[in-house]
Amino acid sequence: MNKMIGLLTAMMLIVCMLIGCGSSRETVATDGSTSMNKVIGALGEAFEADTGIAVTYNATGSGAGIQAVLEGRCDIGLSSRNLKDEETAKGLDGTVLAIDGIAIIVNPNNPVSDLDVETIAKIYTGEIKNWKEIGGNDAEIVLIGREAGSGTRDGFESITDTEDKCKYRQELTSTGDVITTVAGNPDAIGYASLASVKDTVKALTVDGIAPSEAAIKDGSYVVQRPFVLVTRKDAKLTEGAQKFFDYITSEAANEIISSAGVVPVN
Amino acid sequence: MHRRFIRDLLERIRNRNSKIYETIIHGIFLLLGFISVGCVLLITVYLIISGMPAIREIGLFQFLFGKEWASTAAEPKYGILPFILTSVYGTAGAILIGVPIGFFSAVYLSKIAGKRVRSVIEAAVNLLAGIPSVVYGLVGMRVLVPAIREIFNVPDGASLFAAIIVLAIMILPNIIKVSVTALDAVPKEYEDASLALGATPTETFFKVSVPAAKSGIAAAVVLGVGRAIGEAMAVMMVAGNVANMPSLFESVRFLTTAVASEMAYSSPGSLQRDALFSIALILFLFIMMINAALNFFLKRDRVN
Repeated sequence: MNKMIGLLTAMMLIVCMLIGCGSSRETVATDGSTSMNKVIGALGEAFEADTGIAVTYNATGSGAGIQAVLEGRCDIGLSSRNLKDEETAKGLDGTVLAIDGIAIIVNPNNPVSDLDVETIAKIYTGEIKNWKEIGGNDAEIVLIGREAGSGTRDGFESITDTEDKCKYRQELTSTGDVITTVAGNPDAIGYASLASVKDTVKALTVDGIAPSEAAIKDGSYVVQRPFVLVTRKDAKLTEGAQKFFDYITSEAANEIISSAGVVPVN
Repeated sequence: MHRRFIRDLLERIRNRNSKIYETIIHGIFLLLGFISVGCVLLITVYLIISGMPAIREIGLFQFLFGKEWASTAAEPKYGILPFILTSVYGTAGAILIGVPIGFFSAVYLSKIAGKRVRSVIEAAVNLLAGIPSVVYGLVGMRVLVPAIREIFNVPDGASLFAAIIVLAIMILPNIIKVSVTALDAVPKEYEDASLALGATPTETFFKVSVPAAKSGIAAAVVLGVGRAIGEAMAVMMVAGNVANMPSLFESVRFLTTAVASEMAYSSPGSLQRDALFSIALILFLFIMMINAALNFFLKRDRVN
């Protein structure tokens, strides 16, 4: 028994030492938009492979990420909307990293495959209630959205000009949940980051234009929003963070950004 | 190093004076006991401090009985009556479905079932208790919600009804386990006497055993209520989370999910964040009341 305890203690000590080693290395802390998970994850991995500096990512949401930068709790904040005037007034700087298309998704069995922004707005405000009014089946439209404060919801509602007017049937807390729900209900319509859209749902064309990288970059696909890196104007980034910032805003990172499903701008 | 040091120290103290040794041990245990008391106090004080400002700003009446919640709207509205009613209805519904099933299962397990059947069912019940709530939510979202849509022919299955079913299943293990313990504790003499007087086994179980264990069973129900009202994750995945006034096949938001779903995106210091803490405070008060009820039943049991 005593031997066992001794052995366990020794093992714990070794583990502690290993963990200690890990955390003593330099890291870059990022915090913010849940939608930027994929792109920051891929960039962080590539950056760590190159430089050995680890990048941590805390998925808290755009608002929380901006707040974290302001309070100095992270190096780079991630926001999936442009900074508001009151936020830039507090001494924050936004750098657009990439543009994300928001896909309007329906169940693959839904015959409707094209809508314009105005119709989408009418659907979400409850003016159009049945799919047959827009050439679909005779069934009530089930509106799936995100929770209040979500970057995707904010992006969608500001683009379609439906702020505070959406008559959601479900408000889900993650992109994955939205996709799962739309995939499981033939009458549902939802919105999700294009990067996360899978084959289980159908992305609609908007004004006849399919959400593709080219269409998003040239602006012809209109349901889109920026991914913004948030930093403080008055404080310098740490050496590692500056390196990471330079790396992801350089052309070298474009390929990785594209492979994460969003459109690089630099 | 540390261990040996402490052992030596204790040894020395013990040799010198066993009374001091006892006192020190008592002191240490007392200190450990205070950890949990301290946590409760900390949470209570923190919740009250962070929950009061929003209530004061919105107004208690407006907050508790307002029918509209639109925290991020241009003109925000903070009324949590829909959440309170949803939590109450949802919990009541879960109890209505879960208690009969749990109660009769408990009677069967404790009094009627053979040894082997009992061990199999008890193992299953324990397993049910150990399943994380997110798994309940996931199965509910993938299986139950589409099934409700099909069966009841409603546009969408995510509803109060789906949440009630999930909660009813989640509280089953609590109800069964506590009730079985209470029923097992009924002295065998009571039942023997009843059987000797000519009552059938079923009569004996329901007229002698169950009344004798009624405080324990009541405690089981209260425990179930506590679990149902405090559940967030599973409910968030099946209830739809729209702040509607509750209706069986409509999308609804519970007190717990109201806090959980908006907390991540609310900015610190805003009225929205404060109001979420106020909701948590209200939820906390509900749970305190349930705990008081639980204590009442358990104490009565002990006196009897």
